[in-house]
Amino acid sequence: MSAGSLLSAADIGMIRGERLLFRGVSLSLAPGEAIVLRGPNGAGKTTLLRILAGLTQAETGMIDRNVPHHWVAHRDGLKPHETPREHLTLWARAWGQPQTEIEPLLDKMGLSRPSDVPAKHLSAGQRRRTALARLHLENRPVWLLDEPLTALDADGKALLLDMISAHRTQGGGLIAALHGDPEFEIDMQVDI
Amino acid sequence: MFSWFANPHRFLMLSSWLAPLFYAAAALLIAWGFWQGLWMVPKDDYQGGDIMRVMFIHVPAAWLAMASYLGMAVMSFVWFIWRHEVADIAAKAIAPLGATWTALCLVTGAIWGKPTWGTWWQWDDARMMSVLFMFFLFLGYMALRAAMDTRQKAARAGAILAMVGALNVPLIKFSVDLFTSLHQDASVITAEGPKMAAVYLWPLLISSLGHSLLFAALVMTLMRAEIWTRRAAQIRARLMTGD
Amino acid sequence: MSPAPILSAFQQALGEAWAGGAGALLPVGFFAGAAVLVPLGVGTDPETLRAIGPGILWVSLALSSLVTLERIFQADAEDGSLDLWLQTSAPAASIAAAKTFAHWLTAGLPLALLSPLLLLMFQAQIGGALVENMLYYAIGGLAFYFWGGVGAALAATVRRGGLLISLIALPLYVPTAIFGALAMGDGPSSAAAPLFLAASTLFALAVAPFAMGAALRLAAD
Repeated sequence: MSAGSLLSAADIGMIRGERLLFRGVSLSLAPGEAIVLRGPNGAGKTTLLRILAGLTQAETGMIDRNVPHHWVAHRDGLKPHETPREHLTLWARAWGQPQTEIEPLLDKMGLSRPSDVPAKHLSAGQRRRTALARLHLENRPVWLLDEPLTALDADGKALLLDMISAHRTQGGGLIAALHGDPEFEIDMQVDI
Repeated sequence: MFSWFANPHRFLMLSSWLAPLFYAAAALLIAWGFWQGLWMVPKDDYQGGDIMRVMFIHVPAAWLAMASYLGMAVMSFVWFIWRHEVADIAAKAIAPLGATWTALCLVTGAIWGKPTWGTWWQWDDARMMSVLFMFFLFLGYMALRAAMDTRQKAARAGAILAMVGALNVPLIKFSVDLFTSLHQDASVITAEGPKMAAVYLWPLLISSLGHSLLFAALVMTLMRAEIWTRRAAQIRARLMTGD
Repeated sequence: MSPAPILSAFQQALGEAWAGGAGALLPVGFFAGAAVLVPLGVGTDPETLRAIGPGILWVSLALSSLVTLERIFQADAEDGSLDLWLQTSAPAASIAAAKTFAHWLTAGLPLALLSPLLLLMFQAQIGGALVENMLYYAIGGLAFYFWGGVGAALAATVRRGGLLISLIALPLYVPTAIFGALAMGDGPSSAAAPLFLAASTLFALAVAPFAMGAALRLAAD
């Protein structure tokens, strides 16, 4: 794998029960790049992302994680009683980051108005925006995103695409699982 | 050594002749132990008369209750460290058999206890209590494995629980001993173990060996069945995906 | 490794306990409810009640810990926060221990604090023993929560995991229940029993977090 890669995986294979999900998946993410995982429902896109994130053990293969990563899953990671502000404050603290950035971040993500509403009363799009806001709490070069556009409205999508292009301009990379056509420039597509 | 046995193919080869051999030897030894125990040895009136003959099942069952949990924990440990699939298959196979012999130990203990102690269940007997909790550990292990949705997860969850259980067994044993030592007066049973007459010792040992061989043979049979089941499932999955 | 993720996990679990079930009220209500059912079942003879009172409270404590623990890791696995906790710089075992400790603090400790009141209802005499017993319930409850946490972590992805947690945890509760009951009795070993109780709780604190950590990694897999 290239020396400058942020994250690389070689010959990843996965079995669930007796079912072979995929095998022989190799990829390498360089600074500024975007890799998109495509495949029908149940093919194992989420599983592959979880393997890359280190949450799931692959059956075969090697992964080199050279830099820290962010993981934004399908599930938003919010507690029902948590407000967006509380959520971001908690994770800023857990990751050892300053809390001065939280107000501007809520504003940027369009969460100023519902910033003190518990997650159980938020819409799916507002919860997703809160989860995506975590990407800005700490600067990590690799973003692993599972269906990041789900539940977002047109504004939200535009916001995320802006975040992605800014991230890549700064030398970050991302790997995303997507249903639809990618709405940003991609460097590699992995079909599973 | 574990790696050598860890090959499923080699295990199938080995067990294909070892299991029948064990079954045959077990049948002979258990039959001899029964014949000795039920007809040849004199009854001991101090131990409840003829009812003491149940010990030729009870004592081997007690031994296997302990040994099988230990075996399951060791296999879980081997799997957890080296991820040898055969070790997991062994742990999975031991659980229901271990639970069966543990239950057998409890039931024969109760049958023996009624005439000697005057009660089916003696809360003051440390061994009965320890074996009972061992039985619960087996049940929990089997229930946990059954609740997992893939065999890989069942293996991991089972191994964690079996090891936690094994670490706790000495503590459980110690606490139960302390608990029952309070009530020694109530306990009637005094003569057993080392004080046992030699006339009982040989049939007991032979009988225990027979039970152990039967247990091992059954474990091998269950393991063979599990290996074939997994292979069949693999073939079916491959056919379904057309791979 | 910085302690920040561990403190955050502790803080989130505290918030969750208060928000999710009216704080300590729910487990305390369950605990008291389970205990006061007993006199209705066994009769109201003061001597009998005085003898069985401490033991009834041990059983109620064990049961209410199981009821409280059912959701602590399951909710994390369902809402996705388990993924986030497993990817912090802190080991999974320390996160699990922090969460379990928080739940003991909000649900287990209040039960111990309530115990003198219930023991008085069970005809206990007013005296120093009530305070001593409160301490034993607190220490023993901690062991219950940590062993129960192992069951809860193992069953985190199991639907209707509550029964499974109970089956897994109850044999692990045995030493604590025995040492606790002995410490409150007046038998020959009641002098040493508090030490055994404390030692077995330390054993739980030392072993259970690693099992919980491994189980949580499995739950996220």
